Amino acid sequence: MREELLSIIEKNSRIGLKDLSAMLGQKEIDVANEISALEKEGIICGYHTLINWEKTSLEKVNALIEVKVTPQRGQGFDKIAERLYNYPEVKSVYLISGGFDLLITLEEKSLKEISNFVSDKLSTLDRVLSTSTHFILKKYKDHGTIVNKGNEEEVREIITP
Amino acid sequence: MNYELSKTVENIKPSGIRKFFDIVSEMKDAISLGVGEPDFETPWHIREEGIYALEKGKTFYTSNAGLKSLREEISNYLKRTQNISYNPMKEILVTVGGSEAIDIGLRAIINQGDEVIIPQPSYVSYEPCAVLAGAKPVIINLKAENDFRLTVQELENAITDKTKVLILPYPNNPTGAIMGKKDLEEIANVIKKHNILVMSDEIYGELTYNGNHVSIASLDGMQERTILINGFSKAYAMTGWRLGYVCAPEPIIKQMTKIHQFAIMCAPTTSQYAAIEALKNGYEDIDMMRKSYNQRRRFLLKRFEEMGLDCFEPNGAFYVFPCIKEFNLTSEEFALKFLEEERVAVVPGTAFGESGEGYLRISYAYSMDNLKMAINRLEHFISNLRKNK
Repeated sequence: MREELLSIIEKNSRIGLKDLSAMLGQKEIDVANEISALEKEGIICGYHTLINWEKTSLEKVNALIEVKVTPQRGQGFDKIAERLYNYPEVKSVYLISGGFDLLITLEEKSLKEISNFVSDKLSTLDRVLSTSTHFILKKYKDHGTIVNKGNEEEVREIITP
Repeated sequence: MNYELSKTVENIKPSGIRKFFDIVSEMKDAISLGVGEPDFETPWHIREEGIYALEKGKTFYTSNAGLKSLREEISNYLKRTQNISYNPMKEILVTVGGSEAIDIGLRAIINQGDEVIIPQPSYVSYEPCAVLAGAKPVIINLKAENDFRLTVQELENAITDKTKVLILPYPNNPTGAIMGKKDLEEIANVIKKHNILVMSDEIYGELTYNGNHVSIASLDGMQERTILINGFSKAYAMTGWRLGYVCAPEPIIKQMTKIHQFAIMCAPTTSQYAAIEALKNGYEDIDMMRKSYNQRRRFLLKRFEEMGLDCFEPNGAFYVFPCIKEFNLTSEEFALKFLEEERVAVVPGTAFGESGEGYLRISYAYSMDNLKMAINRLEHFISNLRKNK
C-alpha cells in the first residue's frame, strides 16, 4: 500500500482519511498508522501548498543560482551545502553533476535583495569559486502541475456507450 | 416523399443511450457518470508522435491492412501479454476502432440465417451489427448471481445447428464482469465441441484489477476459431483517434480486408503512427491509469456498501453495475428521476439489453471530486426513495 498511498497524497495532501482508505481498500486505522510511520521515517517530509504567487499582489522574485565550490576534505560538499541551506531565503539546494556543483533556488522580495545575497553572502564564502545567477521570468509548471491551466472543462459528450 | 428505405435498417431499434442522451443534453447543469470513455487525455508522448507524423507529411493512405510496423508491434504485444503468435502480414488488420472490427468481422463470416450468440448486458453494437450482416441474434441473458459471467449451461442452451459464432464481451461493458482462465476453458470446450467461432471483444483487456486478462485465443486449440478484437481507445485513452485491430485466422482476415478496403480504405494514418508509440512505450501510462481507476472502483464499492446498495464486485473495465430492484422502479424510471431530482446522469442497464433491467451503469472514468459529489447525490436520492416507500 505504501507506494500507492504516497502517490495519491503526493498529488492531494488534503484528502481525508476516509476517502483515502476507501481508495486503497484498507482500514482507516491501518492507513493512519502507515502515514505516521512514513512521517517518522522521514519519507513524508512535510505538507505544502502549491501557490501561484504571480496572481497575488505580493512581490516575489525567484532565481536559480549555479555555484562552483571547492569540496572540503572529509566533508565533500555537505559542509558548504549546509552553510547555504540554513539561509531561510534559500528554498532548495541540490548537488548536481555537470559544469558546476551546487544549484540553489532563492526567493526574495526584489532583484536588489537577490543581488545582495549573491554579492554579500554567497560569493564571499571561502569555498565558493564562482556563481551564475538566472532570474526566473515566468513559471509554467511546478511540482508536476501546469500553473496556468485553470479549471478544466469537460470536453467529453455527457453520455456515450 | 416515400423513400422506401431499407426495412432491415428501419427495424433496428435506436440505441437506448441515444434516447437518454437527448434528455440529458437539455439539462445544462447536470453532472454525469454516463460516459464510456477514459477521462485521461492521451499520454503526451503518444500525441506527440501523431503531431510529428503530421509535421513530416505522413498524410497519405497506408496499406489497407495498416502500417506494417504497427501490425508488427501488435503482434509483439500479443506475444508478450498473451503468448499468442499472429503473423503481422496475414492475420492482423488495423481498423477504425474496435467497432469496425465487430461489424466487418460479422459480415465476413455470416451467411443468411446463421445465428450469432450474444450475451447481454453488453455493448450496444453487437446485436444491430449481427442483424445488418443478415444473422439472427440469439440473446443470452446473463445473471447477477453468476457475476454476469457466461456459464457453460447458458451457452449449451443457446447453441443450435445454425450457430455460427459466440460474441464474448469480456472485460464487460456495462457490468465490469471478467472471465477468468478457468471460466474461459470451460467455454472453450463447448466452442470446440460444437465447432463454432468466437468473436472475443477484448477492448478493456488492459483494465482488470484482480490479475491479468486472459484471452480465449491463448487457450489450447482456440486461436484457429477466435476473432480477437482489441484497440487503443480504452487502454491508452485514445477514443477520438478511432483505432482498433482484429487478429484472426488468415482466411477470415482475407475476407474482412475486402470489406475494409471497399468501405474504409485504411484506418487514419496519424492515429496509426501514434499507436506504434503507444504499444512501444505506453506500458507505464496504462499502469498509472489502471491504478487510478482501481482507486475509484474501490471508493465506489465502499460507498455502495455504506449506503446499502447491492452491487457485485466488478473486476474489469471502468464501470460498476449496481442493482436497484429494491426501489420498485424500472432502470429507466430510476435514471430519469435521479436526473430530474439530483441532476446526475447515469445510464439505465436496459440500454445494454433487457437483462440490464433493475441495474444502472455507473462509469468511474471521472475525477475523484466528480465521483464524490455524484455519489453523495445518489446517497441522498436513495435515502429519500427508501423513506417514501
